[in-house]
Amino acid sequence: MAPIVSVSNLVKTYASGFQALKDVSLDIEEGEILALLGPNGAGKTTLISIICGIVNPTSGEVRVGGYDVVRDFRETRSIIGLVPQELTTDQFETVWNTVSFSRGLHGKKPDPAHIEKVLKDLSLYDKKDNMLRELSGGMKRRVLIAKALSHEPRILFLDEPTAGVDVNLRKDMWQVVERLRETGVTIILTTHYIEEAEEIADRVGVINGGKILLIEQKKDLMKKLGRKELRVDLQEPISAIPEALSGYDLTIEDDGHSLLYDYDTEGERTGITTLLTALAEAGIRLKDISTRQSSLEDIFVELVGARA
Amino acid sequence: MNLEAVKSIYFFEMARTRRTLLQSVVSPVISTSLYFIVFGAAVGSRIQEIDGVSYGAFITPGLIMLTLLTQCIGNGSFGIYFPKFTGTIYEILSSPVSMTEIVLGYVGAAATKGLMIGTIILGTAALFVDLHIAHPFVMLLFFVLTAITFSLFGFIIGIWAKDFEQLNLIPMLVIPPLVFLGGSFYSIDMLPPFWQAVSHFNPVLYLISGFRWSFFEIADVNPVVSLAIIIVFLAGLMGLLTWIFRTGYRLRN
Repeated sequence: MAPIVSVSNLVKTYASGFQALKDVSLDIEEGEILALLGPNGAGKTTLISIICGIVNPTSGEVRVGGYDVVRDFRETRSIIGLVPQELTTDQFETVWNTVSFSRGLHGKKPDPAHIEKVLKDLSLYDKKDNMLRELSGGMKRRVLIAKALSHEPRILFLDEPTAGVDVNLRKDMWQVVERLRETGVTIILTTHYIEEAEEIADRVGVINGGKILLIEQKKDLMKKLGRKELRVDLQEPISAIPEALSGYDLTIEDDGHSLLYDYDTEGERTGITTLLTALAEAGIRLKDISTRQSSLEDIFVELVGARA
Repeated sequence: MNLEAVKSIYFFEMARTRRTLLQSVVSPVISTSLYFIVFGAAVGSRIQEIDGVSYGAFITPGLIMLTLLTQCIGNGSFGIYFPKFTGTIYEILSSPVSMTEIVLGYVGAAATKGLMIGTIILGTAALFVDLHIAHPFVMLLFFVLTAITFSLFGFIIGIWAKDFEQLNLIPMLVIPPLVFLGGSFYSIDMLPPFWQAVSHFNPVLYLISGFRWSFFEIADVNPVVSLAIIIVFLAGLMGLLTWIFRTGYRLRN
């Protein structure tokens, strides 16, 4: 099946000379949730803005639903919903009016039943007659999502959707995203919160310095780059790694009370058995043993740090 | 044509007028009434008639034009500047809306507001002076063309403006002097020859003159020339707007 979004050799250089995107290519499949991770200024928002039509590309091609985003902007934009990073709202409008306005902008006839459903799904219905300035930041964020869903888009872009949102609301939003995925909506979200990507994404892309560093299925990524750490707590502290253990990649922690051993879960041999044997032979007595799987955050920091 | 989008923008803008009814409508009516009291009653008692028309009636087309220009430029510029200022412009730019449709929505609403207030001013004037419109269709043509042209002008100012100071620069500092010096309160025949010649460089003179002709069949310049000047100005603005949309000037990076 053809990707619903296809980005080819995309370059964006702003008038200031700053190159925000450097030859970016990327395919997004219909129905998936893609999380784009990257530090500030990585190019995430520029990429989304070009796909949505807010920023003009310098070169390259972007196709949405098989259509070119510049030439066939009506076709592409009518199937896209965008939730921007900033809380940009018409402060003096009511929730109902501003969401209805968004639907009209996308060429759809008024459909109060749909607007009602969207507002109810986002727990906004009881606020429908409130002016936006009367709402909290979290509620305004929901309104932005409601606006983006008002025209029943097939693709939803969420640019830092949970920035500045409390934990409960964040989890509510993840549920909303999950429900949307069940209806077949393709979701692309950018985020600073690694746990967000880890929680809800099917695929994860890492962008930095205007380049896509990698894009992988989240499971494959965790499997490929995921390392495990064995932590051995000692009964007596040590000041240096004994000579007999020098062949192992060990690190002393907690003032000599713990040893850390990194190993590859995919490796043929993890080396754990021989390490424990070697520790016993060296006369080191153990208090406790635990393991920790590296998180997406570790992977992200490693990737971005290595290529910075 | 995305008519739903045009309607959405248009009615969204018109809704703002309803919210600010007091300042949108009452304020220009009070200002115009004051003009009639000061100029019509006080000055008019000294200047009985100009070209056979009572002074109070003579200044009516100029007063309507003053309000129409100010309102159309103000509404046209604010309509597009406000979403730029608040950031909600993202929604317009990411919608399946062509630039022509955006202009129809915003400029249509600004022109409608201008025409509404202009009509109210005309009604207010009728309370003070005995008005007679010799050529109602020509009057309507000048009225509508001026509203559209200056709403478009305001729209361009709104795109160009980077802050509120720039937004107010032309409506506050350029338009009022042009209207006052464009024969709103006098016939340019009353000026010395040098200032008569200078006045011909003032585009607003042509608007007021043509508009006044449609009321009283008296004009400082030929009404056909007045009409041509408006059309040329409108064409120039449309050309400028085409360039803005093609380049994305101050709208799309």
